[in-house]
Amino acid sequence: MIIGLDVGGTHTDVVLLGPGGIERQAKVPTDHSNLIECVWSGLEKVTVGFPADRLERVVLSTTLTTNAIAENKLAPVGMIVSSGPGLDPETFRTNPHYHVVSGSIDHRGREIQPIDPMEIESVGARLRNQGIRQVGVVGKFSVRNPKHEIQIQQILEDHFDYVVMGHRLSGNLNFPRRIATAYLNAAVYPIHKRFFDAVRRSLEEHGLHIPIHILKADGGTMSFKASLDLPVQSILSGPAASVMGSLPFVSGEADTLVLDIGGTTTDMAVLVGDAPLLSPLGAQLGRYRTLIRALNTRSIGLGGDSAVRVANGILEIGPDREGPAMAYGGPCPTPTDALFVLGRDTQGDVDAARRGLQRIARELDTSLEDAARRVFDLACTRILDAAREMVDAINTKPVYTVRELLEGYRVQPKELLVLGGPAPFFASRMEELGPYTVRVVPQWHVANAVGAGLARTTCEVTLFVDTERGIASAPEEAFYQPVKRDFDKKKAVDLALELLGEKALAEGADPGDLEMEILEEHQFNMVRGFYTTGKNFRVKAQVKPGLIGTYRSIINQIHASRDVARQAGSPERG
Amino acid sequence: MMLQAKHTTGLVFFPAFDWAISPTHPEREERLLYTQDQIIEEGILDIDGVVEMKPDMATLEDVRRVHFCVPDEWSVLTQSHLISAGGAKTIATAVMEKRVERGFALVRPPGHHAMRVVHGARGFCNVNIEAMMVEYLRAAYGLERIAIVDTDCHHGDGTQDIYWHDPDTLFLSIHQDGRTLYPGSGFHHELGGPTAMGSTINIPLPPGTSQEGFLRVMEKVVLPILKDFQPQIVINSAGQDNHYTDPITNMNFCAQGYARLTEMLQPDVAVLEGGYSIEGALPYVNVGIILALAGLDYSKVQEPDYDPEKIRQSAETDAHIHKLTDEILDYYGKCAEIVAHNRESKEFAQRERTIFYDTDNILENQKERLRVCPDCSGVLSIDSLTDRGYHIFAVHIPRKACNACLALGEEWYDTVNLRAYDRAFLQDRRNNRYLTKSS
Repeated sequence: MIIGLDVGGTHTDVVLLGPGGIERQAKVPTDHSNLIECVWSGLEKVTVGFPADRLERVVLSTTLTTNAIAENKLAPVGMIVSSGPGLDPETFRTNPHYHVVSGSIDHRGREIQPIDPMEIESVGARLRNQGIRQVGVVGKFSVRNPKHEIQIQQILEDHFDYVVMGHRLSGNLNFPRRIATAYLNAAVYPIHKRFFDAVRRSLEEHGLHIPIHILKADGGTMSFKASLDLPVQSILSGPAASVMGSLPFVSGEADTLVLDIGGTTTDMAVLVGDAPLLSPLGAQLGRYRTLIRALNTRSIGLGGDSAVRVANGILEIGPDREGPAMAYGGPCPTPTDALFVLGRDTQGDVDAARRGLQRIARELDTSLEDAARRVFDLACTRILDAAREMVDAINTKPVYTVRELLEGYRVQPKELLVLGGPAPFFASRMEELGPYTVRVVPQWHVANAVGAGLARTTCEVTLFVDTERGIASAPEEAFYQPVKRDFDKKKAVDLALELLGEKALAEGADPGDLEMEILEEHQFNMVRGFYTTGKNFRVKAQVKPGLIGTYRSIINQIHASRDVARQAGSPERG
Repeated sequence: MMLQAKHTTGLVFFPAFDWAISPTHPEREERLLYTQDQIIEEGILDIDGVVEMKPDMATLEDVRRVHFCVPDEWSVLTQSHLISAGGAKTIATAVMEKRVERGFALVRPPGHHAMRVVHGARGFCNVNIEAMMVEYLRAAYGLERIAIVDTDCHHGDGTQDIYWHDPDTLFLSIHQDGRTLYPGSGFHHELGGPTAMGSTINIPLPPGTSQEGFLRVMEKVVLPILKDFQPQIVINSAGQDNHYTDPITNMNFCAQGYARLTEMLQPDVAVLEGGYSIEGALPYVNVGIILALAGLDYSKVQEPDYDPEKIRQSAETDAHIHKLTDEILDYYGKCAEIVAHNRESKEFAQRERTIFYDTDNILENQKERLRVCPDCSGVLSIDSLTDRGYHIFAVHIPRKACNACLALGEEWYDTVNLRAYDRAFLQDRRNNRYLTKSS
């Protein structure tokens, strides 16, 4: 049995998943001032009286780190940045304690200028005197050669609680993003550690000795232990949980758009077949662009509770939310109120909703019903437009080979999967308005928790081989191996897959669940003076985001346990 | 703090990681590999106002506005060439439609050695990607006056050939002296055809010229002539082989210099040409050019082994360049007068040339005949025979041909003796027609 738990902005959803499908489920209000208590009360509701030895694991998705970053409640961090020539590293300053030091590595990983240990020691002493406990160390091209980051870390490690090195965060190039990622990682480390230590203690005190896994932004999971190295990977797990929760219900015949229509925002993601698309470089969180592997999601400020108003005769929805819908005692009319006026939703104060929409109708100089219809249609079209823009953006992503350009795969979603509060109401209208088949995700009100519970452990490995320099490296994994001249692409691919398998197991994957794939494999002849002097291989491999092998039986039960609302529009209240 | 480009800048980056002339050729898969690494590591594609675009494919129509491909297009070009030219078009289109202020097509293969008649590849080039872009701009947006500034180390003889008789296209080339480098042309007395003199300007610099020399000719020759010409759009054929580490040239230019040159020139569209120091130069030069285009600080962009003292040009080079700039300006000043004189004194002008296709090892013999027209730039015929025995006759009617030249061009094409030629071509730019025939 698996527990999936998703701490959302307003509610925390918990499910207990087993051979019978969703064996138990619970919803508790999220208390941001006491998340531990809220997580525990959710867990308690689904485990009370349940034999602890039948629990395999618990998977948590929380807004803890995301909120800490959004609200700038971050621990002070010392950043040590070694840049060398290029853009001015001051441009990438993340925080006050940001120190640019000497040292330079070039694009091949060759040392151009060594670091100055005295300089590092003096910066370290200063940071220590300022009471700083976490440090991020980042060098340009450190993923080609992490020597400088390692040297700096060795000088500092005994004096700080936590020293994170840029090259361990991602195998991808992008110095500014590496700086931001290292910074965030160090900045959320203390709260992440404190929180999960408390969760673990709390479980143990209650006799629940079960492994804790954490949902990541890419829709995969990792063990709590592995998360201590890279806590920042837990950001944006909320949207990931919903996407993973809708995954079992894709037809798999065409590409699919997943829409999670919430109160304030609608989050969207794209599935190619049954694989969610990842963001090309990494997650963006507020002003921070990072190298964190994340699902490619887009969020627009339009949801069931978005404020509706008329400005200069033009109907506007959102992006702000002033409170719940008037039908639920809110202050201003919303798309949800329009649903009440249209008689699609009835479980609330219909009169209040009509009062709200009447105001809009007057300003638009039309009937109440027509105003409601226009509000509802505008909400639907705005969401569909944003979805189309997202697909266009994916399809215009540049490629770098003739073959890819000529054969370029175009994402063409034919199906919409909708979840979230007003999902059933929106679904039928969206089907009428757009070119898509629209379906509501069964059990959409706990799909996020189901998604967290069923997500597989994912990870990525980047292998870089330079036979002229005689080295194969995957700095992210602290892997270095000398190679001979006869090293070839097949060996590179095999090596990458081997490293990937080891990494996935170390992060908590089930050996039966390693669906590995090669994302990129390039080979370049290195020619100097008309002679081939070496080869350069670049291989990127991942464990695909997806669901654990045993999910099918659970999902079949979800389908069977309830006459699933297959056709769009059947309301299903949680 | 997030970086914000002062000028929105479009980038097409197309390194063609699966295309090479041959495995060890300088024009191979690896060429832009380290440039890509540097651009991505510097985070340039994340800068607000720097927009990466996917290249469109150029079309055969784009080729036919510029070239006579012998015997046909697919015999002399590949998909890669259409992507490369398409990338340049993508940027130019984005600039014309004001989606970006400027742009840089970092594409390969290059194009500036491809002449109007194409029997194969010369100087690693098959079709002229800048000319295809320029003629597309004329067709799509009705542009008239266009300037192409070629800063590749090799003389842009292909672009010069295509625009030799076009007074509306200013072609300005800065390159290593043709006595010391391929293709051996581009002397400063080469100023354009009889009706277009002054619209071709060549600035051949001696080997060893460094930043001081390049920036001096920019200031003294290039910018004043550009100002005089008043182009609607400025294109930069941005070759990067003037670099002090380039393996096949002998100049001493550097990343800082390229960035400064770009800042002075302010091209609307830059298109990558040559540059074969793929590790020591291209990564740094390209970053410098992009930052300069975007109006961002490039002062800390430099090569790992950069030492301005070590590469500074000699005093003789200083003196030579001073004299050269004076002479060019003097020639330029006389061009209008010479064109007027040509129109009065000649009815037809002929020239005969031998053209070597070094990449494909073809020797071509060309006879060109131009009507020195009083009313337009004149209709042109080309008789071209290669050492492989292929013989063609081609007629080019310019965009703004007068009725007499149009009629004469049609007559030449209609009455050609097809037994003497393998194929005949008509490129009628006034009516946007492209015809070919064979016996």
